[in-house]
Amino acid sequence: MITASAQAFYIMSAIALIAALLAVTRRNAIHALMYMVLLFLALGGVFYVLGAPFAAVVQVIIYAGAIMVLFVFAIMVLNPPVGEMPRGWRGVAAAAGPAVLALALVAALTRASLQAPAAALATTVVGPKQVAETLFGTYAIGVELASMLLLAGLIGAYHLGRRATTKSSHEEGCE
Amino acid sequence: MNALPLSHGLAVAAVLFGIGVAGLLARRNLIFMLMSVEILLAAAGMAFVVAGSRWGEPDGQIMLVFILAMAAAELSVGLALVMQIYHALKTLDTDSIRQLRG
Repeated sequence: MITASAQAFYIMSAIALIAALLAVTRRNAIHALMYMVLLFLALGGVFYVLGAPFAAVVQVIIYAGAIMVLFVFAIMVLNPPVGEMPRGWRGVAAAAGPAVLALALVAALTRASLQAPAAALATTVVGPKQVAETLFGTYAIGVELASMLLLAGLIGAYHLGRRATTKSSHEEGCE
Repeated sequence: MNALPLSHGLAVAAVLFGIGVAGLLARRNLIFMLMSVEILLAAAGMAFVVAGSRWGEPDGQIMLVFILAMAAAELSVGLALVMQIYHALKTLDTDSIRQLRG
C-alpha cells in the first residue's frame, strides 16, 4: 500500500526530472529558466514530504527565488540573441508547459497534505529548531567558513562587474 | 516504518545529476552551462536531504544550506565572468571563445 505521501514523492520527483530535462533542452534561455524554477519548486515539495520542512522552505526562497532572479537579471543585462520570441499561439504553447507542470505539483502537494497532514513520509520530521541547534552548535565553524565564502563571492562579483562597466565606458570614451 | 526506500530518493538524485552532466556537456551556451551546474548542485543537495531524512538527523539539511551558500557564491562570480566575456568577445558560445588573451 503506497501512502499519499509516497505518491506525492513519486509525482513530484517525476515533475522535477521532467522539468530538468526540458530546462537543459530549451533554446530560449527564459523558457529554460521557467523550467528551472519549476524544478526547484518540485524539489522543495520533495523535501517537504521527506520530513525536512526547513530545507523545503530554504530551497523555495533561495533557489527558486534569489538564484533564479540572479539568472533573470543576468539575461536581462546581457540581452543575448535568443532568436525570435514566440508570438500568438506559439507563445501560449511555450507558457503552457510550465503552467501544467506547476498545477500538477500544487495538486500533488495539496492532496498529500490533506490526506496525511501529520504523517509525513519520514518517520521523524526534523524541524527548523533541531537544524538550528546543530547548525550553530556542531557546525559553527562551517557557518563561519560559509560567511567568508559569501564575502569572497560578493567582492569577486563586484570587482568583475565593475571592471566590465568601466572598461566598456572607457572604450566608448576613446571612440 | 519508513514508507520510502532510501534507494528511490537516491536514484532520483542520480538521474537529476545525470541530466545536469548531459546538459553541461551538450550545451555550448555559457548561460545554459551555468544552469546545468545549478542542476548538479541541486541533485547533490537532494541526495544529502534524502540521506538525512532516512536517519532522521538534521545534518542533511545543514549540508543543503552549505551547498546553497556555495552555489550562490559560485553563481554570482560565474555570472560576473559571463558578463565580462560577453562584453569582451560579444558571444556566449564556448566553441568560439578560444583566445586566452582578450
